[in-house]
Amino acid sequence: MKFLNHLTFGQYVPADSLVHRLDPRCKILAVLVVLTGIFLARHILVFAAWGGLLFSLAVLSHLPFRLVLRSAKPVLILVFFTAFIHVFFTDGTPLLEIGFITITREGVSGAVYMGLRLLFLVLFASFLTLTTKPMELSDGLERLFSPFVRFGFPAHELAMMMTIALRFIPTLLDETDRIMKAQLARGAAFDRGNLWKRLKAFLPVLIPLFVIVFQRAEDLATAMEARCYRGGEGRTRMHPLVWRTGDTLGALCVLAIVAGLIVGDRSFLS
Amino acid sequence: MSITVDGLSHTYHPGTPLETLALDDVSLECGSGEWLSVVGHTGSGKSTLAQHLNGILFPERGTVSVDGMEVKEKSARLRDVRRAVGLVFQYPEQQLFAENVLEEISFAPRNWGIPESRIPALASSALSLTGLDETYLPRSPFHLSGGEKRKVAIASVLAGEPSYLVLDEPTAGLDSWSRRELVSLLVRLKGEGLGIILVTHDLDIALQHSDSILMLDRGRCIIMDTPRKVMEHLQEHPAPGLHLPEIAALSASLRNADPGAPLTWDWKELKRWVVTRTVAAHPHLPGGDS
Repeated sequence: MKFLNHLTFGQYVPADSLVHRLDPRCKILAVLVVLTGIFLARHILVFAAWGGLLFSLAVLSHLPFRLVLRSAKPVLILVFFTAFIHVFFTDGTPLLEIGFITITREGVSGAVYMGLRLLFLVLFASFLTLTTKPMELSDGLERLFSPFVRFGFPAHELAMMMTIALRFIPTLLDETDRIMKAQLARGAAFDRGNLWKRLKAFLPVLIPLFVIVFQRAEDLATAMEARCYRGGEGRTRMHPLVWRTGDTLGALCVLAIVAGLIVGDRSFLS
Repeated sequence: MSITVDGLSHTYHPGTPLETLALDDVSLECGSGEWLSVVGHTGSGKSTLAQHLNGILFPERGTVSVDGMEVKEKSARLRDVRRAVGLVFQYPEQQLFAENVLEEISFAPRNWGIPESRIPALASSALSLTGLDETYLPRSPFHLSGGEKRKVAIASVLAGEPSYLVLDEPTAGLDSWSRRELVSLLVRLKGEGLGIILVTHDLDIALQHSDSILMLDRGRCIIMDTPRKVMEHLQEHPAPGLHLPEIAALSASLRNADPGAPLTWDWKELKRWVVTRTVAAHPHLPGGDS
């Protein structure tokens, strides 16, 4: 039985590619720009272009396309739900009428567009975590937020919290997996009985997990204090982020593509 | 009656960049009342193998069968397999969850559908096997010492009345006294007819107590034979991460100097030889008594 024996959503996949080597700040900003672009997309040709870009990005990152697609799994329900709402609750030219249910032309197209939009949003965003080490990611965020520190924004603390949280997701998944297996070996049944029984079956997993989480948190705090951690002030880095020409080029490319698509979208529509 | 593994292979994360072959064509057999030790370096596939023995993981290729029941994902007898093969995970004390020791130990028997009336007696006998007395039953498992927690965890598996006991590194992190207690518990259980499969990197225990030893390296079986044969093999082909215990290493180096020296892990046997040889070389000395 494989419980959590799969790659976690958006977990970093090491590879030596152009995308992997980009500065995290460049990637974060690019994702923001791309997300804006996707939100503004309205023409079906532009959606097709985004799909093509998604595929080329996977090739450029040396990631199997299948693996990228898998990161959309957790949001599929949301995508279908949104599409469902659009299909049944949009006014316009009726296509089909069954009793009090009316399906409109606008509803169907709205459903398709909104679904694609959500899907693309998640897939593009997942490239950020797939190709960037968690440490680089939080370093990048800390640097991007550093201008706001003078207004009292806790950039370092937030970045550190994010680093720790990200760092422990795989560990905790492993722990959960291990405890589930241990309880299974003692005869626990997670897939039998009604909902209440199944929920109750998870108690022997949740309680030990909580114990472990608190222990780990305490150990980590001790380890950090033992190494004189006292926040971000005056802290230097072993691997400072370096913005290279390639990053500028990459950022310009993304800007040009997104701008092109937005302009194209407007001209197709008119 | 036995656990039989034939040509077992297993791959983690198939089809992703993290794909790793954890077990490659491994076979073994362990009958009731037998002690098989599985030794190997970290990452050699020992734990993966252990999890196949009671249907937590399933073979990708090859077969695993317990008392004639084949271990398969959709098998209707999967629960019977899990009941027959008690599996003690590494650091089993981390699985503790109940309010008190009695509840903790009752978990497995209750899951296996053992009648409620038998459970308290089962719980206290399982606990006393591990060397803890009944005063522990009402206590919270979270307030025990590390060694006691591990004993409770092992008792909680024993209370399910398994025919085989698979233990994954049960001595890791225990002090030498608790370690010795645990080993003598296993010897006793073996005497009562349980099949013991011990996954360990502690060659000292493996050599002293096993009927046979299976040595794994990167998922492949290097040798599966009696402790003596495995020791001879190790002496000729040292394996990374597996050190001969000191007495065994000493006997090996004595044997290099004198081919008559025994290759053994038993200090008494070695001492006998040393004494006999000394007496033979110096006849005027008073005879050695052991």
